[in-house]
Amino acid sequence: MSTAYREASGPYFGDYGGRWMPESLVAALDELEEAFGKAKADPEFTDEFERLSREYTGRPSPLTEVPRFAAEAAGTAQGARIFLKREDLNHTGSHKINNVLGQALIARRLGKTRLIAETGAGQHGVATATAAALFGMECVVYMGAEDTRRQALNVARMQLLGAEVVPVEHGAATLKDAINEALRDWVASVENTHYVLGTVAGPHPFPEMVRWFHQIIGEEARAQILASTGRLPDAVAACVGGGSNALGIFHGFLDDPGVALYGYEAGGEGLETGRHAAAITLGRSGVLHGARSYLMQDEDGQTVDSHSISAGLDYPSVGPEHAYLADAGRVTYEPVTDAECMAAFERLCRTEGIIPAIESAHALAGATRLFASWGADGAEKIIIVSLSGRGDKDVATAAAWFDLLPADDASEAPQTGVEA
Amino acid sequence: MSRTAAAIDAAQAQGRPAFVGYLPACYPDMQTSIEAAVALAENGADIIEIGAPYSDPVMDGAVIQQATTEALEGGFRMDQLFEVVREVSSRTDAAVVVMIYYNLIDRMGASEFARRLAEAGGAGAITPDLIPDEAADWIAAAEQHQLDRIFLAAPTSSPERLARIAESSRGFVYGVSLMGVTGQRTAVSAAAERVVTSAKAAGAQRVCVGLGVSTRAHVAEIGRYADGVIVGTALVAALREGGPAAVGRLASELSGNS
Repeated sequence: MSTAYREASGPYFGDYGGRWMPESLVAALDELEEAFGKAKADPEFTDEFERLSREYTGRPSPLTEVPRFAAEAAGTAQGARIFLKREDLNHTGSHKINNVLGQALIARRLGKTRLIAETGAGQHGVATATAAALFGMECVVYMGAEDTRRQALNVARMQLLGAEVVPVEHGAATLKDAINEALRDWVASVENTHYVLGTVAGPHPFPEMVRWFHQIIGEEARAQILASTGRLPDAVAACVGGGSNALGIFHGFLDDPGVALYGYEAGGEGLETGRHAAAITLGRSGVLHGARSYLMQDEDGQTVDSHSISAGLDYPSVGPEHAYLADAGRVTYEPVTDAECMAAFERLCRTEGIIPAIESAHALAGATRLFASWGADGAEKIIIVSLSGRGDKDVATAAAWFDLLPADDASEAPQTGVEA
Repeated sequence: MSRTAAAIDAAQAQGRPAFVGYLPACYPDMQTSIEAAVALAENGADIIEIGAPYSDPVMDGAVIQQATTEALEGGFRMDQLFEVVREVSSRTDAAVVVMIYYNLIDRMGASEFARRLAEAGGAGAITPDLIPDEAADWIAAAEQHQLDRIFLAAPTSSPERLARIAESSRGFVYGVSLMGVTGQRTAVSAAAERVVTSAKAAGAQRVCVGLGVSTRAHVAEIGRYADGVIVGTALVAALREGGPAAVGRLASELSGNS
């Protein structure tokens, strides 16, 4: 009989998680923990969350079989089937909206009138700005200065939605620095402000709470695959940056021992180059942004900058529950390089008419790799891939990658970004 | 015996609050950071905090971030932190503690970190992102090597938390004067006195107050109710503008010697 992985709750997931945070924020975290605990047991809250998920987000998201992609990707595993969980069809274009609506509802219960968020290339920032507009709250989004230049359109989206976007110039001016700046804001503003952390990282209760708001992904997928094929899948694949879409979909299958779970980290230009974001594969235990987890760090404990073609996976750590699931052996984590990912990206566009987020294309590449490892034994297998976001935002990056732009414009191609 | 407690008691015996000054290690370079810390001690600091530059300093405002980022760009290594502590300890009478984000301790191992800090002559460590709830390793290591461990108390800390902070600390409790990060403010927050009163009511023997303290008037005001007053950003700004001599002049002014 399997361990009840689904029941795992904070503050600790095995050796990971906790609250490695300044004392100034502990009272707010206690308040949030209590409010979340009460809310999820309160039908008034869960009804409202479900209503918004249905009427505003557009849930349930479909499960789409992609036979032409599978036929090309399967190799000797011909006959294997792939289904995509279509979080890309949610309002705002990714799974991020699930968590943001949940946290905004909690913030309203706490009487907070201002939302702040970090964002890598914009998807979580756009989702938070959307929720703030919906609830009539003030919104400030912190974003690396370099990303605000490369993602001018996403900055404009957030501004249209009424949010203020603050470029972060400190440090490496990346996603992790945007989180640092959001935390600095929160220390000073916690009385009226809720920090909408965008992934299953950070101090307790964030990892548990963010997972809870995304669990619907896996619950729907499980029911949909049973309805469609009459059985559970052999494998579920998702990309992992911080890891929120992955935990959301894994959650539906964690206690089904026959379902293999795979998380694909950003291998960037290849692990041997050092330019990657494979925190689980090459990191070691450390504390960053409030949680103990796998962390890319140097010999002294300084955080090492991560690299990925997908800004949404460009984070040097990972949610603590993933670290626990990796150690427990329940989920297998592997890096996927930019090149593998872009090959899968192109294949889905061409064979199925679906442009995925480059983040999600890491999981498509992982599924392709699974077929190769199965060979002819894979003919009867079924894989569900979490398509966590849509790729409209990535068109310029892809155009540059595939050399579809005039040479002069290629160097100015923006980076991408659905944070995973 | 706690060396920071002794330094605070000696200042109190002279009828004044202890003066605690912060400077980052290796900013703008190792030798200058040592000279600046020595100037700080020679001009009235009873306790010196040597900051360990860190990639993700969430409790620091722009001035200290800028300085520690430059120190990292200059190639700061943990070995140099102990070098700076060793030099400043040997050249001054001040109690020397380090201000350090926890992952730097964690990576080395709390026990090895404590051994090396004690061996360098350090008196203890302030850990801005470590709460007592997560500090079992560090407390045990500090205990083994007779080091002070200084935890932060915030305006929002409950009486129960303050009791745990007081009980877990050795030397003094770092009272955070306001909700925010390091940096200069025009006035002392009204929360500062409450933090001191509440922490003492919860059992803290000595409470020093920091964050936003930058002028002699602030020092005098806080000194009326706190056991010590902590200044960081203003000293770092002085170092940037005028080198160790400027640090000495500001320290002298802040401590009331000039």
